[in-house]
Amino acid sequence: MTNIVESAAEAVANIDDGSTVLIGGFGNAGQPMELIGALLEGGAKNLTIVNNNAGQADEGLALLIKERRVDKIICSFPRQSDSWHFDEAYRAGEIELELVPQGNLAERLRAAGAGIGGFFTPTGYGTMLAEGKETREINGRNYVLEYPIHGDVALIKAFKADEKGNLVYRKTARNFGPMMATAAKQTIVQVEEILPTGELNPENIVTPSIYTDVMVAIETESTQLAAREQGAK
Amino acid sequence: MLRSERVDRETLAEIVAGDIESGSFVNLGIGQPTLVSNYLTAEHNVTLHTENGMLGMGRAAEEDEIDGDLINAGKIPVTETPGAAYFHQADSFALMRGGHLDVCVLGAMQVSATGDLANWHTGEPDAIPAVGGAMDLAIGAKQVYVMMNLFTREGEIKLLPEATYPLTGVGCVSRVYTDHGIFELSDSGTVTVRGLFGLTFDELQSKSEIEFVDATGN
Repeated sequence: MTNIVESAAEAVANIDDGSTVLIGGFGNAGQPMELIGALLEGGAKNLTIVNNNAGQADEGLALLIKERRVDKIICSFPRQSDSWHFDEAYRAGEIELELVPQGNLAERLRAAGAGIGGFFTPTGYGTMLAEGKETREINGRNYVLEYPIHGDVALIKAFKADEKGNLVYRKTARNFGPMMATAAKQTIVQVEEILPTGELNPENIVTPSIYTDVMVAIETESTQLAAREQGAK
Repeated sequence: MLRSERVDRETLAEIVAGDIESGSFVNLGIGQPTLVSNYLTAEHNVTLHTENGMLGMGRAAEEDEIDGDLINAGKIPVTETPGAAYFHQADSFALMRGGHLDVCVLGAMQVSATGDLANWHTGEPDAIPAVGGAMDLAIGAKQVYVMMNLFTREGEIKLLPEATYPLTGVGCVSRVYTDHGIFELSDSGTVTVRGLFGLTFDELQSKSEIEFVDATGN
Protein backbone atom coordinates (compact mmCIF):
# COMPACT_ATOMS: atom_id res chain seq x y z
CA MET A 1 0.00 0.00 0.00
CA THR A 2 1.18 3.50 -0.80
CA ASN A 3 0.67 6.08 1.90
CA ILE A 4 -0.06 9.52 0.45
CA VAL A 5 1.00 12.29 2.84
CA GLU A 6 0.49 16.04 2.79
CA SER A 7 4.00 17.36 3.32
CA ALA A 8 7.65 16.55 2.76
CA ALA A 9 8.21 16.77 6.54
CA GLU A 10 5.59 14.09 7.11
CA ALA A 11 7.07 11.95 4.34
CA VAL A 12 10.54 11.78 5.93
CA ALA A 13 9.39 11.83 9.58
CA ASN A 14 10.49 8.29 10.43
CA ILE A 15 14.05 8.32 9.06
CA ASP A 16 16.29 7.22 11.93
CA ASP A 17 19.80 8.34 12.80
CA GLY A 18 22.37 6.05 11.20
CA SER A 19 20.15 5.16 8.22
CA THR A 20 21.46 4.42 4.75
CA VAL A 21 19.56 6.83 2.51
CA LEU A 22 19.52 6.38 -1.27
CA ILE A 23 18.95 9.76 -2.93
CA GLY A 24 17.98 9.97 -6.59
CA GLY A 25 19.26 12.51 -9.07
CA PHE A 26 22.16 13.15 -11.40
CA GLY A 27 23.30 16.66 -10.64
CA ASN A 28 20.10 18.56 -10.00
CA ALA A 29 18.01 16.56 -12.51
CA GLY A 30 15.77 14.25 -10.51
CA GLN A 31 17.20 15.33 -7.17
CA PRO A 32 14.32 15.35 -4.63
CA MET A 33 15.22 18.77 -3.22
CA GLU A 34 12.10 19.16 -1.07
CA LEU A 35 12.51 15.73 0.57
CA ILE A 36 16.19 16.43 1.24
CA GLY A 37 15.22 19.81 2.70
CA ALA A 38 12.77 18.08 5.03
CA LEU A 39 15.40 15.52 6.04
CA LEU A 40 17.72 18.41 6.91
CA GLU A 41 14.99 20.09 8.97
CA GLY A 42 14.13 16.80 10.66
CA GLY A 43 17.58 16.48 12.17
CA ALA A 44 18.49 12.86 11.34
CA LYS A 45 22.24 12.36 11.66
CA ASN A 46 25.07 9.84 11.17
CA LEU A 47 23.61 9.06 7.76
CA THR A 48 25.15 7.05 4.96
CA ILE A 49 24.11 8.67 1.68
CA VAL A 50 24.12 7.02 -1.74
CA ASN A 51 23.91 9.46 -4.68
CA ASN A 52 25.77 9.92 -7.94
CA ASN A 53 27.35 13.13 -6.66
CA ALA A 54 28.19 14.71 -3.32
CA GLY A 55 26.04 17.80 -3.58
CA GLN A 56 26.19 20.97 -5.62
CA ALA A 57 26.51 24.55 -4.40
CA ASP A 58 24.39 25.49 -1.36
CA GLU A 59 21.30 23.37 -1.73
CA GLY A 60 19.98 19.86 -1.28
CA LEU A 61 22.53 17.19 -0.42
CA ALA A 62 25.32 19.77 -0.14
CA LEU A 63 23.61 21.25 2.93
CA LEU A 64 23.28 17.85 4.64
CA ILE A 65 27.04 17.49 4.22
CA LYS A 66 27.68 21.07 5.36
CA GLU A 67 25.75 20.38 8.57
CA ARG A 68 27.87 17.22 9.12
CA ARG A 69 24.87 14.93 9.11
CA VAL A 70 26.50 12.54 6.68
CA ASP A 71 29.13 10.12 8.04
CA LYS A 72 29.68 8.34 4.76
CA ILE A 73 28.87 8.92 1.11
CA ILE A 74 28.82 6.28 -1.62
CA CYS A 75 29.00 8.03 -4.99
CA SER A 76 30.72 8.13 -8.37
CA PHE A 77 31.53 11.80 -8.85
CA PRO A 78 31.99 13.82 -5.65
CA ARG A 79 34.38 16.48 -6.90
CA GLN A 80 33.08 19.21 -9.13
CA SER A 81 33.48 22.97 -9.37
CA ASP A 82 30.70 23.65 -6.85
CA SER A 83 31.14 20.73 -4.41
CA TRP A 84 32.80 22.96 -1.81
CA HIS A 85 30.89 21.59 1.20
CA PHE A 86 31.92 18.03 0.38
CA ASP A 87 35.50 19.10 -0.39
CA GLU A 88 35.81 20.81 2.99
CA ALA A 89 34.33 17.89 4.96
CA TYR A 90 36.52 15.40 3.07
CA ARG A 91 39.75 17.32 3.54
CA ALA A 92 38.92 17.70 7.24
CA GLY A 93 38.53 13.92 7.46
CA GLU A 94 34.91 14.35 8.54
CA ILE A 95 33.24 12.29 5.83
CA GLU A 96 34.05 8.81 4.56
CA LEU A 97 33.99 8.34 0.78
CA GLU A 98 33.32 5.10 -1.08
CA LEU A 99 34.00 5.87 -4.72
CA VAL A 100 32.12 3.63 -7.17
CA PRO A 101 32.13 3.80 -10.98
CA GLN A 102 28.76 5.14 -12.10
CA GLY A 103 27.62 2.01 -13.92
CA ASN A 104 28.65 -0.19 -11.00
CA LEU A 105 26.74 2.11 -8.66
CA ALA A 106 23.58 1.72 -10.76
CA GLU A 107 24.03 -2.03 -11.08
CA ARG A 108 24.74 -2.53 -7.36
CA LEU A 109 21.47 -0.75 -6.60
CA ARG A 110 19.65 -2.79 -9.22
CA ALA A 111 21.14 -5.98 -7.76
CA ALA A 112 19.91 -5.04 -4.29
CA GLY A 113 16.38 -4.58 -5.54
CA ALA A 114 16.49 -7.73 -7.65
CA GLY A 115 17.75 -10.06 -4.94
CA ILE A 116 21.13 -10.64 -6.55
CA GLY A 117 23.88 -11.54 -4.07
CA GLY A 118 26.71 -10.13 -6.15
CA PHE A 119 27.82 -9.86 -9.77
CA PHE A 120 30.99 -9.91 -11.85
CA THR A 121 31.54 -6.70 -13.83
CA PRO A 122 34.35 -5.79 -16.23
CA THR A 123 34.20 -2.16 -15.08
CA GLY A 124 37.13 -1.19 -12.89
CA TYR A 125 39.17 -4.35 -13.48
CA GLY A 126 42.89 -3.63 -13.09
CA THR A 127 42.28 -0.23 -11.49
CA MET A 128 42.75 1.02 -7.93
CA LEU A 129 38.97 0.89 -7.40
CA ALA A 130 39.14 -2.90 -7.69
CA GLU A 131 42.06 -3.34 -5.28
CA GLY A 132 41.35 -6.06 -2.72
CA LYS A 133 38.26 -7.25 -4.58
CA GLU A 134 37.71 -10.77 -5.85
CA THR A 135 38.32 -11.12 -9.60
CA ARG A 136 37.59 -13.89 -12.06
CA GLU A 137 38.37 -14.63 -15.69
CA ILE A 138 35.25 -15.74 -17.54
CA ASN A 139 35.49 -16.68 -21.22
CA GLY A 140 38.76 -14.82 -21.57
CA ARG A 141 37.60 -11.57 -20.02
CA ASN A 142 38.45 -10.27 -16.55
CA TYR A 143 35.75 -9.31 -14.06
CA VAL A 144 35.48 -7.86 -10.55
CA LEU A 145 33.00 -9.09 -7.94
CA GLU A 146 30.71 -6.32 -6.74
CA TYR A 147 28.03 -6.52 -4.05
CA PRO A 148 24.58 -4.95 -3.88
CA ILE A 149 23.90 -1.64 -2.12
CA HIS A 150 20.78 -1.84 0.05
CA GLY A 151 19.14 1.22 1.51
CA ASP A 152 17.00 1.71 4.59
CA VAL A 153 15.23 4.52 2.79
CA ALA A 154 15.13 5.84 -0.78
CA LEU A 155 14.24 9.45 -1.53
CA ILE A 156 13.33 9.91 -5.17
CA LYS A 157 11.66 12.41 -7.46
CA ALA A 158 9.26 11.19 -10.12
CA PHE A 159 7.15 13.24 -12.51
CA LYS A 160 3.64 11.84 -12.14
CA ALA A 161 2.03 9.14 -10.06
CA ASP A 162 -1.38 7.62 -9.67
CA GLU A 163 -2.97 7.14 -6.25
CA LYS A 164 -1.87 3.53 -6.26
CA GLY A 165 1.79 4.64 -6.44
CA ASN A 166 2.71 3.85 -10.04
CA LEU A 167 5.37 6.26 -11.27
CA VAL A 168 6.53 7.88 -14.48
CA TYR A 169 9.58 10.10 -14.79
CA ARG A 170 10.57 13.02 -16.99
CA LYS A 171 13.48 12.94 -19.46
CA THR A 172 16.96 12.46 -17.97
CA ALA A 173 15.57 13.09 -14.46
CA ARG A 174 14.72 9.38 -14.43
CA ASN A 175 18.40 8.44 -13.82
CA PHE A 176 18.72 6.52 -10.50
CA GLY A 177 15.06 6.67 -9.38
CA PRO A 178 13.85 3.33 -10.75
CA MET A 179 16.74 1.33 -9.18
CA MET A 180 16.69 3.14 -5.87
CA ALA A 181 12.92 2.61 -5.57
CA THR A 182 13.58 -1.14 -5.58
CA ALA A 183 16.67 -1.16 -3.35
CA ALA A 184 15.37 0.33 -0.08
CA LYS A 185 13.16 -1.02 2.71
CA GLN A 186 11.11 2.17 2.44
CA THR A 187 10.74 4.23 -0.73
CA ILE A 188 9.63 7.82 -0.34
CA VAL A 189 8.65 9.64 -3.53
CA GLN A 190 7.96 13.25 -4.36
CA VAL A 191 5.94 13.78 -7.54
CA GLU A 192 4.60 16.80 -9.35
CA GLU A 193 1.04 15.48 -9.42
CA ILE A 194 -0.89 12.47 -8.11
CA LEU A 195 -3.57 11.39 -10.59
CA PRO A 196 -6.60 9.19 -9.90
CA THR A 197 -5.76 5.50 -10.27
CA GLY A 198 -6.28 4.46 -13.88
CA GLU A 199 -5.19 7.78 -15.38
CA LEU A 200 -1.67 6.58 -16.21
CA ASN A 201 -1.30 4.27 -19.19
CA PRO A 202 -0.17 0.91 -17.76
CA GLU A 203 2.15 0.49 -20.78
CA ASN A 204 4.08 3.61 -19.71
CA ILE A 205 4.63 2.88 -16.01
CA VAL A 206 8.35 2.88 -15.19
CA THR A 207 8.17 2.12 -11.45
CA PRO A 208 5.22 -0.11 -10.52
CA SER A 209 3.34 0.74 -7.33
CA ILE A 210 4.71 -2.21 -5.35
CA TYR A 211 7.89 -0.20 -4.73
CA THR A 212 6.25 3.06 -3.62
CA ASP A 213 5.68 3.28 0.15
CA VAL A 214 5.20 6.97 0.84
CA MET A 215 4.27 9.65 -1.65
CA VAL A 216 3.85 13.43 -1.52
CA ALA A 217 2.76 15.80 -4.29
CA ILE A 218 5.06 18.83 -4.62
CA GLU A 219 4.99 20.99 -7.71
CA THR A 220 8.45 22.05 -8.91
CA GLU A 221 9.94 23.62 -12.03
CA SER A 222 9.39 20.30 -13.83
CA THR A 223 5.65 21.04 -14.08
CA GLN A 224 6.27 24.39 -15.79
CA LEU A 225 8.88 22.86 -18.08
CA ALA A 226 6.46 20.14 -19.15
CA ALA A 227 3.68 22.68 -19.71
CA ARG A 228 5.99 24.83 -21.81
CA GLU A 229 6.97 21.79 -23.87
CA GLN A 230 3.31 20.86 -24.35
CA GLY A 231 2.52 24.42 -25.45
CA ALA A 232 5.33 24.36 -28.02
CA LYS A 233 3.88 21.30 -29.75
CA MET B 1 47.88 10.79 -43.66
CA LEU B 2 50.66 13.38 -43.47
CA ARG B 3 50.30 17.07 -42.70
CA SER B 4 53.14 19.54 -42.30
CA GLU B 5 51.48 21.34 -39.38
CA ARG B 6 50.15 20.18 -36.01
CA VAL B 7 46.33 20.09 -36.20
CA ASP B 8 44.05 22.11 -33.91
CA ARG B 9 41.24 20.61 -31.83
CA GLU B 10 38.52 21.42 -34.37
CA THR B 11 40.44 19.82 -37.23
CA LEU B 12 41.10 16.76 -35.11
CA ALA B 13 37.39 16.55 -34.24
CA GLU B 14 36.61 16.63 -37.97
CA ILE B 15 39.10 13.81 -38.60
CA VAL B 16 37.54 11.67 -35.85
CA ALA B 17 34.02 12.34 -37.17
CA GLY B 18 35.20 11.24 -40.61
CA ASP B 19 36.26 7.86 -39.17
CA ILE B 20 32.87 7.15 -37.55
CA GLU B 21 30.83 4.81 -39.68
CA SER B 22 27.38 5.78 -40.86
CA GLY B 23 24.58 4.59 -38.59
CA SER B 24 26.77 4.23 -35.50
CA PHE B 25 25.65 4.60 -31.89
CA VAL B 26 28.28 6.83 -30.26
CA ASN B 27 29.15 8.25 -26.85
CA LEU B 28 31.29 11.40 -26.79
CA GLY B 29 33.13 12.09 -23.54
CA ILE B 30 33.21 15.45 -21.81
CA GLY B 31 35.66 18.07 -23.13
CA GLN B 32 37.54 17.70 -26.42
CA PRO B 33 35.51 14.65 -27.63
CA THR B 34 32.31 16.74 -27.50
CA LEU B 35 33.68 18.78 -30.44
CA VAL B 36 33.24 15.72 -32.68
CA SER B 37 29.46 16.28 -32.67
CA ASN B 38 30.00 19.54 -34.64
CA TYR B 39 31.26 17.47 -37.57
CA LEU B 40 28.69 14.67 -37.57
CA THR B 41 26.48 15.35 -40.58
CA ALA B 42 23.06 14.02 -41.57
CA GLU B 43 24.88 11.48 -43.76
CA HIS B 44 26.59 10.08 -40.67
CA ASN B 45 23.14 9.26 -39.25
CA VAL B 46 24.82 8.87 -35.84
CA THR B 47 22.76 8.38 -32.67
CA LEU B 48 24.43 9.96 -29.64
CA HIS B 49 24.26 8.30 -26.24
CA THR B 50 24.61 10.14 -22.96
CA GLU B 51 25.26 7.87 -20.00
CA ASN B 52 22.87 9.66 -17.67
CA GLY B 53 20.07 7.98 -19.60
CA MET B 54 19.38 8.90 -23.21
CA LEU B 55 19.87 7.84 -26.80
CA GLY B 56 19.27 10.44 -29.48
CA MET B 57 20.81 13.38 -27.69
CA GLY B 58 20.74 16.60 -29.70
CA ARG B 59 22.86 19.75 -29.56
CA ALA B 60 23.24 22.00 -26.52
CA ALA B 61 19.99 23.75 -25.54
CA GLU B 62 19.71 27.50 -26.07
CA GLU B 63 17.63 30.05 -24.19
CA ASP B 64 14.02 28.88 -23.91
CA GLU B 65 14.98 25.34 -24.89
CA ILE B 66 16.85 24.96 -21.58
CA ASP B 67 15.16 22.30 -19.46
CA GLY B 68 16.63 21.23 -16.12
CA ASP B 69 15.26 17.72 -16.62
CA LEU B 70 17.18 17.28 -19.88
CA ILE B 71 20.93 17.37 -19.35
CA ASN B 72 23.95 15.48 -20.61
CA ALA B 73 26.64 13.66 -18.65
CA GLY B 74 28.47 16.96 -18.19
CA LYS B 75 25.25 18.35 -16.62
CA ILE B 76 24.85 20.74 -19.59
CA PRO B 77 21.26 21.29 -20.84
CA VAL B 78 20.80 19.60 -24.21
CA THR B 79 17.98 18.92 -26.69
CA GLU B 80 16.34 15.72 -27.88
CA THR B 81 16.22 14.58 -31.49
CA PRO B 82 13.29 12.79 -33.18
CA GLY B 83 13.48 9.13 -32.19
CA ALA B 84 15.17 9.85 -28.87
CA ALA B 85 14.68 7.45 -25.95
CA TYR B 86 15.12 7.82 -22.19
CA PHE B 87 16.09 5.03 -19.81
CA HIS B 88 17.42 4.65 -16.29
CA GLN B 89 21.07 4.45 -15.29
CA ALA B 90 21.26 0.67 -14.99
CA ASP B 91 19.94 0.30 -18.56
CA SER B 92 22.22 3.08 -19.77
CA PHE B 93 25.35 1.36 -18.49
CA ALA B 94 24.09 -2.08 -19.49
CA LEU B 95 23.95 -0.95 -23.11
CA MET B 96 27.59 0.09 -22.88
CA ARG B 97 28.89 -2.80 -20.80
CA GLY B 98 26.94 -5.22 -22.97
CA GLY B 99 28.91 -4.15 -26.02
CA HIS B 100 26.03 -2.53 -27.90
CA LEU B 101 27.57 0.90 -28.34
CA ASP B 102 29.73 1.17 -31.48
CA VAL B 103 32.16 3.93 -30.54
CA CYS B 104 33.12 5.87 -27.46
CA VAL B 105 35.46 8.87 -27.77
CA LEU B 106 37.29 9.84 -24.59
CA GLY B 107 39.93 12.29 -23.42
CA ALA B 108 43.06 10.95 -21.74
CA MET B 109 45.99 11.91 -19.57
CA GLN B 110 48.00 8.85 -20.69
CA VAL B 111 47.54 5.85 -22.96
CA SER B 112 49.81 2.79 -23.02
CA ALA B 113 50.96 0.88 -26.10
CA THR B 114 48.58 -1.98 -25.24
CA GLY B 115 45.62 0.39 -24.87
CA ASP B 116 45.55 0.94 -21.12
CA LEU B 117 43.78 4.23 -20.41
CA ALA B 118 44.48 6.74 -17.63
CA ASN B 119 42.04 9.63 -17.60
CA TRP B 120 40.47 9.97 -14.17
CA HIS B 121 43.04 10.59 -11.45
CA THR B 122 46.55 11.98 -11.14
CA GLY B 123 47.15 9.83 -8.07
CA GLU B 124 48.37 12.85 -6.11
CA PRO B 125 47.67 12.34 -2.40
CA ASP B 126 45.71 15.58 -1.90
CA ALA B 127 43.54 15.14 -5.01
CA ILE B 128 39.88 14.28 -4.32
CA PRO B 129 39.14 11.33 -6.62
CA ALA B 130 36.04 11.38 -8.84
CA VAL B 131 35.47 8.70 -11.44
CA GLY B 132 31.88 9.15 -12.70
CA GLY B 133 31.26 6.98 -15.74
CA ALA B 134 34.90 6.99 -16.94
CA MET B 135 35.66 3.36 -16.06
CA ASP B 136 32.39 2.11 -17.54
CA LEU B 137 32.92 4.09 -20.75
CA ALA B 138 36.50 2.81 -21.06
CA ILE B 139 35.45 -0.83 -21.24
CA GLY B 140 31.97 -0.37 -22.59
CA ALA B 141 32.07 0.24 -26.32
CA LYS B 142 33.12 -1.92 -29.28
CA GLN B 143 35.71 0.73 -30.18
CA VAL B 144 37.24 3.21 -27.76
CA TYR B 145 38.95 6.18 -29.37
CA VAL B 146 41.03 8.65 -27.42
CA MET B 147 41.47 12.33 -28.35
CA MET B 148 44.30 14.16 -26.65
CA ASN B 149 47.40 16.27 -27.17
CA LEU B 150 50.37 13.97 -27.81
CA PHE B 151 52.59 15.86 -25.37
CA THR B 152 52.07 17.44 -21.96
CA ARG B 153 52.84 21.14 -21.49
CA GLU B 154 56.23 20.03 -20.20
CA GLY B 155 56.85 18.15 -23.45
CA GLU B 156 56.42 14.60 -22.08
CA ILE B 157 54.83 12.17 -24.53
CA LYS B 158 51.47 10.82 -23.29
CA LEU B 159 51.53 7.63 -25.38
CA LEU B 160 53.81 5.40 -23.30
CA PRO B 161 55.02 1.78 -23.06
CA GLU B 162 53.14 1.74 -19.73
CA ALA B 163 50.94 4.34 -18.07
CA THR B 164 52.22 5.83 -14.81
CA TYR B 165 48.93 7.39 -13.65
CA PRO B 166 46.20 5.23 -12.03
CA LEU B 167 44.35 3.33 -14.75
CA THR B 168 40.78 3.84 -15.89
CA GLY B 169 40.70 0.62 -17.91
CA VAL B 170 43.05 -2.11 -19.10
CA GLY B 171 43.69 -2.72 -22.82
CA CYS B 172 40.58 -0.83 -23.85
CA VAL B 173 41.75 1.87 -26.31
CA SER B 174 41.91 0.97 -29.99
CA ARG B 175 42.86 4.30 -31.56
CA VAL B 176 44.50 7.50 -30.37
CA TYR B 177 43.88 10.77 -32.19
CA THR B 178 46.31 13.54 -31.30
CA ASP B 179 47.39 16.95 -32.52
CA HIS B 180 50.58 15.31 -33.85
CA GLY B 181 49.30 12.03 -35.24
CA ILE B 182 46.92 9.10 -35.30
CA PHE B 183 47.85 5.78 -33.71
CA GLU B 184 46.30 2.34 -33.89
CA LEU B 185 46.90 0.14 -30.85
CA SER B 186 46.84 -3.62 -30.43
CA ASP B 187 46.79 -6.16 -27.60
CA SER B 188 50.37 -7.14 -28.46
CA GLY B 189 51.60 -3.58 -27.94
CA THR B 190 52.34 -2.90 -31.60
CA VAL B 191 51.55 0.75 -32.27
CA THR B 192 50.86 1.59 -35.90
CA VAL B 193 51.19 5.22 -36.92
CA ARG B 194 48.37 6.12 -39.33
CA GLY B 195 49.02 9.84 -39.54
CA LEU B 196 51.59 12.43 -38.57
CA PHE B 197 50.98 16.16 -38.26
CA GLY B 198 53.95 18.53 -38.01
CA LEU B 199 56.27 15.74 -36.93
CA THR B 200 58.40 13.28 -38.93
CA PHE B 201 58.40 9.58 -38.12
CA ASP B 202 62.00 9.82 -36.92
CA GLU B 203 61.20 12.79 -34.69
CA LEU B 204 58.30 10.84 -33.20
CA GLN B 205 60.44 7.74 -32.67
CA SER B 206 63.15 9.80 -30.94
CA LYS B 207 60.63 10.90 -28.28
CA SER B 208 59.36 7.47 -27.30
CA GLU B 209 60.51 4.04 -26.18
CA ILE B 210 57.67 2.46 -28.15
CA GLU B 211 58.83 0.95 -31.45
CA PHE B 212 56.32 2.47 -33.84
CA VAL B 213 55.26 0.93 -37.15
CA ASP B 214 55.08 3.52 -39.91
CA ALA B 215 51.86 3.22 -41.91
CA THR B 216 51.48 6.89 -42.74
CA GLY B 217 51.92 6.15 -46.43
CA ASN B 218 48.92 3.77 -46.52
